[in-house]
Amino acid sequence: MNEPVVQLDAIDFQYEPGRPVLQGCDVQLLPGQRIGIAGHNGCGKTTLLHLIVGLLRPTAGRVVIFGQERRREADFHEVRQRVGLLFEDADDQLFCPTVAEDVAFGPLNQGKARGEVRTIVAETLGQLGLAGFESRLTHHLSGGEKRLVALATVLAMRPDVLLLDEPTTGLEPDTVTRLVQLLNGLPQAMLLISHDPAFLEATAQQHLRLTDGRLVDRPSRD
Amino acid sequence: MLNHATPKPLLLRVDPRARLVAAVVFSVVVAVCNRPEVLGVALAAGLVAVWLAGLGPGHVARRLLPLNVVMLMLLVMLPLTARGEPIIHVGPVAVAGRGVWLAVSIAVKGNAILLAVMALIGTLELPELGHALAHLRAPDKLVHLLLFTVRYLGLLEREAARLHDAARVRGFRPGCNRHTFRTYGYLVGMLLVNSARRGERIVDAMKCRGFRGRFYLLDHFAFSRIDVPFAVVSSVLMVGLILMEWS
Repeated sequence: MNEPVVQLDAIDFQYEPGRPVLQGCDVQLLPGQRIGIAGHNGCGKTTLLHLIVGLLRPTAGRVVIFGQERRREADFHEVRQRVGLLFEDADDQLFCPTVAEDVAFGPLNQGKARGEVRTIVAETLGQLGLAGFESRLTHHLSGGEKRLVALATVLAMRPDVLLLDEPTTGLEPDTVTRLVQLLNGLPQAMLLISHDPAFLEATAQQHLRLTDGRLVDRPSRD
Repeated sequence: MLNHATPKPLLLRVDPRARLVAAVVFSVVVAVCNRPEVLGVALAAGLVAVWLAGLGPGHVARRLLPLNVVMLMLLVMLPLTARGEPIIHVGPVAVAGRGVWLAVSIAVKGNAILLAVMALIGTLELPELGHALAHLRAPDKLVHLLLFTVRYLGLLEREAARLHDAARVRGFRPGCNRHTFRTYGYLVGMLLVNSARRGERIVDAMKCRGFRGRFYLLDHFAFSRIDVPFAVVSSVLMVGLILMEWS
């Protein structure tokens, strides 16, 4: 099956009239493919990811996810079950008092039974080397731990696609190395946004740059 | 008890829901009772609860202090203002016996309730309290408000500190002048704007994980062996207090 999982066609988007953020932006993500996107601050990288999960709607263009065009809020409910978005600030993502509850939040929303959710929580935390973190309080975690737990909350939903928004900001080099290993071991298709060329180099197969509202090819070594 | 393995004090092993219910019922019963012997037993029960919760005397005293400062004021005011038979005349000032009793009973009630709440609820982690409330069918909105407050209060505090530092490193020194008031106004305004933005981002993050307005609880408290004796003892105590008061 080589149908793209995420496809954006000629997307226009603006927050304020007269100041377009995206203009005729195209992207195609195939199953299992990892695309790295670089670009300046405020060039619309985060906006792009939010358009894919329907937190924002384009002013023009088509959003096609898993082969279906998505327009209304209801269209995106399925998308959000199958596309995991890791936010730039882990504090936005972790809002439950304990790690276990936060990781369980997504699967519970998916309607899974409690016993199954417990298994998923344990498995996901184990997969990320966070075994034993279940009863830790989220607001007492360090920055690196928060990021990994946030990733766990996304992976616990068993998504087909991962959208990662600056996953390395504020992480120590050791944690970045661990994150790279983790991501490279995952089967999901990914869109990776980062300022860090070395990180993109280590994870992505295709490299794009967002400039002037559109995505352009970037040779893998600048 | 032969439980060496768990150093956790006896009362802290009791189910949070049972503790919450016991504390609320105890507070209501004590608040409506008036007989001296009933209040005496209630105060003693409060002290025993604090002891069973393993709270140190210093900790307890510090927490009782603010309440008793208020009580001291009552103790001075009520005897002089309450109506009733004066028991002592000090010059033109008459001290009403009823007023003295009223003040003492209020002080005893207040301390008994505070001791019980301290031992039963004060020893819960806030998330535990939130869950206990949720399981007792407290309104969802209130529970979420509590849990979200716990989660984000620290973050807001840090944000406020950051803004304050940002002002200070540019030479801001608070004084009693317009510049200070305006700066604090901006600071609070910025904090509100940042919080609102963060709120939006959190809702977005929740939506991305399939949130559609309903929270599911993962943890279920399980009644344990300690809960039965706790329920029996506390029920006997409450019923005993009520019978003593109205027999």
